Amino acid sequence: MSALPISLWAVLLLFQQQPLELPDVAANPYTSNNDIALGKKLYGGRCAGCHGPGGDGGKGTNLATSVLPRAQSDLALYRVIRYGLPDTEMPSHNMTQREIWQISAFVRTLGQADQSALSGNPARGGELLKGKGGCLQCHVVNGEGGHLGPSLSDVGRMRSAAYLRAKLLEPDKDLSGNFALVRLTTPAGKKLSGIRMNEDTWSIQVRDMSGGLHSFWKQDLSDLKVESRTLMPSYRDRLSADELNDIVACLVGLRGESFVETRGKPGAETRGKQ
Amino acid sequence: MKLVLAFAFAIPLLAQVTYERILKSSSEPGNWLTYSGNYAAHRFSPLDQITAGNVHRLKPAWSFQVNSLQKFETTPLVIDGVMYISEPPSNVTALDVLTGRPLWRYRRTLPDDLRVCCGQVNRGVAALGDLIYVGTVDAHLVALNAKTGAVIWDIPVAAYKSGYSVTVAPLAVKDKIVLGMAGGEYGVRGFLDAYDAKTGKRAWRFWTIPGPGEPGNETWKGDSWKTGSAATWVTGAYDPETNLVYWGTGNPGPDWNGDVREGDNLYSDSIIALDLDAGKLKWHFQFTPHDVHDWDATEVPILIDGEVRGQKRKLVVFPNRNAFYYVLDRVTGEFLLGNPYAKQTWAKGLDDSGRPIRVPNTSPTHQGTPVWPAVAGATNWYSPAFSPLTGLLYVAVREAGSMYFTGDADYKEGEQFNGGGFRNLAGEQEWGEVRAMNPVTGEVKWSHKLFTPPWAGLLSTGGNLVFGGTNEGQVFALDAATGKPLWRFQAGGAARSNPMSYLAGGKQFIAMPMGNSLYVFGLD
Repeated sequence: MSALPISLWAVLLLFQQQPLELPDVAANPYTSNNDIALGKKLYGGRCAGCHGPGGDGGKGTNLATSVLPRAQSDLALYRVIRYGLPDTEMPSHNMTQREIWQISAFVRTLGQADQSALSGNPARGGELLKGKGGCLQCHVVNGEGGHLGPSLSDVGRMRSAAYLRAKLLEPDKDLSGNFALVRLTTPAGKKLSGIRMNEDTWSIQVRDMSGGLHSFWKQDLSDLKVESRTLMPSYRDRLSADELNDIVACLVGLRGESFVETRGKPGAETRGKQ
Repeated sequence: MKLVLAFAFAIPLLAQVTYERILKSSSEPGNWLTYSGNYAAHRFSPLDQITAGNVHRLKPAWSFQVNSLQKFETTPLVIDGVMYISEPPSNVTALDVLTGRPLWRYRRTLPDDLRVCCGQVNRGVAALGDLIYVGTVDAHLVALNAKTGAVIWDIPVAAYKSGYSVTVAPLAVKDKIVLGMAGGEYGVRGFLDAYDAKTGKRAWRFWTIPGPGEPGNETWKGDSWKTGSAATWVTGAYDPETNLVYWGTGNPGPDWNGDVREGDNLYSDSIIALDLDAGKLKWHFQFTPHDVHDWDATEVPILIDGEVRGQKRKLVVFPNRNAFYYVLDRVTGEFLLGNPYAKQTWAKGLDDSGRPIRVPNTSPTHQGTPVWPAVAGATNWYSPAFSPLTGLLYVAVREAGSMYFTGDADYKEGEQFNGGGFRNLAGEQEWGEVRAMNPVTGEVKWSHKLFTPPWAGLLSTGGNLVFGGTNEGQVFALDAATGKPLWRFQAGGAARSNPMSYLAGGKQFIAMPMGNSLYVFGLD
C-alpha cells in the first residue's frame, strides 16, 4: 500500500475525473430480501476486504453502525459507493445502478445488527489513555497529545469496537501504509527515524520522533529504509482484560463532534452540523 | 538549395500543412505536425540543442492553464509559430509558441448527459491544409480554420447517447482524417473511420467487430457482437510504403464478465492493419483473445525496421497493456516475438503463433481474483518513444496487480456495461519504471525506477535525452544511452500526457501538460 498522500492523490484524481451521474430517485428501489442477498454477495467481493465481512471496519470505516455520517440518505450512500470519498482511501466503483443499490441495501442491514453493549467503563478508559496506556504520547485526542500516530478524536466514528480491540492487541496487522516508519542516515551522517509524510521518485519528507520536519533528496541519503510496520506496541501484556475493555469503550465514544465544524472536510455537510 | 531553405525558414511560414510535410516531418524538426511526431509514431524530436551537457539549465519559459479540472492529456502540435492544443473536454486553443499567449479559442457547448467512463478528455488535434481537426466527447468531428478557430464543418460521428465519444487525436493522412472512437465501457460496437479532410464526408468505416456473415463474427456468442466494444481511442501509425494504417483496438464488452461473449471476440484487443484508401483489413493480430481483464490494446504501435533471425524485416512493435512485448511483421502481420516485460501471472507464455497460453483460474470471480498486471496494465494509452540515434525503445512501465471481480452484465443502451470491476491489491507496493529496450529483442538495456506506476508517456530527442513525467508532479530528463537522471522540475500536478519538442525563435523547447497546465521549458 502506498503512502497516504499518494493514495489521497490518486483518489482525488479519480474523483475529479468523473462527472457525477446519480439516479433520479430519492430512496433505494432495490431493497427486497433477494436484493439484500445479492448485495451481500457483491459486498463480500468488493467491500469486505476493507470494511470487514460484517462491516465492522478494518482499513475501511465501520459500517455496522446505525448512522453512516457521510451516507445518511440513500442517495448519499449511492454516491459514496459509486464515486468514492475524495479525502479517504474509499475508491469509486464502476457497477450497474442496481448493483450499487443492492450493496447499499445490504450495508443498511449491517447497522441494524445489535451493537452489543460494551462492558468497559469509558471514563476509566479515558484515564488509561492518558496514563498507563501512554496513548497520548503518539495520538492526539481533542487537541491533546502527540502526532506520530493518527488522531483518535473521531476514531469511534471510523472504527468498530472489534477493530479497535484487534488493533490494540495486534497493531502490526493490516497496516495501510499510512504512517510508514522511515529510518535513514542524513547527509551529515546522523541517524534519523520518523514517520513518512510524503515520498516521490527523488525526495522524501519525514516527521521525526519529536515532531521536527525534514526533507531530503534521496540521492543524498546513504541509507534509507521505509518499513511497513508501526511503532505502536501491543497491549496484550500491558493491560488487563478489564483495562482493555475500558480503553475500547472510551475509544468507541470518541466521535469528533467538537471538530466537525472547524475541519472543513468534504462530506462535513452530510453530518447536519452546519 | 540550402539558401532557399534558409530563406524559407527565416520568414513566418503561412504554408499549408500538406501530407508531404507530415511525411517528411524529420526534415522540419522545429515543427511537430502529427500526434506522435511522425507517421511511424516514434515520438522522437531530432532537435539537439538541449543535451546531457546543458539540460541542467532547463527552466520554465511559460505555462498555460486550462479552464477544466478534467485530466489534461493533449499532445500539442506546433506549426509555423503556432501551437495547437486541445483542452478538456473538447476545446481547442491556438497559442503563440514564444509567449504562450492565446491567439484564438474554440469552445464547444456540450450536452449535459454525456457518456464517458473515465474523464471528459481529449488527447490532441490533427492538422491538414488550413484546417485543425478535433474529436469531441459528444462524438463529433470538427474542422476549424487554423488561423481563426472558426468552425468550417462539424459532423456527427456516432450517437453519444448510445455511449460513443471521441477522445483520440485524429490522424491526417493524404486527403483523409482517420478517426477512432471511445465507449468501450458502454457496450458500443467499435469502428475506425476515415473522413474526407476537405468536406467531412465519411470515406469509409471499418467495424472492429465483424457483422453477421463476415469472418470473425463467429468469435462472438449469439448477439454479443452487437455490444462487444473494441473501441479505437488511441492514435495509430501509418506506413506510406504499405499504405496501411496500424491501429490498436480496445477491450471486449462487457469488460470483466466473459460468459456472455464466449469466443475469441475479434477484433478486440488487437492491432488492425487497414488499407488507407479503402479501409479494408489487410491483416490483424489479436494480443488477448477473449480478454476478461480490460486490457485494451489501445497503445501506440511503433514502426521500425530491424533484423530478426538474420532477416531484415519491416516491423511494428507493441508494448501491450497485457504485460507482453510484441514484435510483428508489419507487411504480413506475422508474429515474430513476444515476451513479458513486466510482472504478469495470467499466461504461461505465448505459443508459436503469439497466442497466450492461459494460466487456469485467473478469470474474475465474485470473490475477486488477484492477477498481474493491474487493470491499467503494464503500460497504457500514453506513448512510448523510439530513438533512431540510440536504437532503443523507451517505455514507461507500470508494475502493479489488481483484484478482478465479475458481476451483472445486462446491456441497456447508454448505460455502463462492465460486468464486474476491480480494486487495488491490499498491501501491494505498486511502482513504475522507465525501461530502455532493444526493440527487436525486447532486451532491457537500462531502467529508471519511478515511485508509482506512471500515467504519462515519453519523448526521445536528438540531444540524446528522454523526457517524461510522474504522478507526483515532476517532469524529468534521463540520458537516453544510460538512463542517468539529469534534470527534473516539480510542476505541481500529475503527468497525464506526453511530452513533445519544437523550435521557437531558433531555440528548442520541451512542452508537457502537467496537472491542469501546459508547461514549456527552454534553456536559460
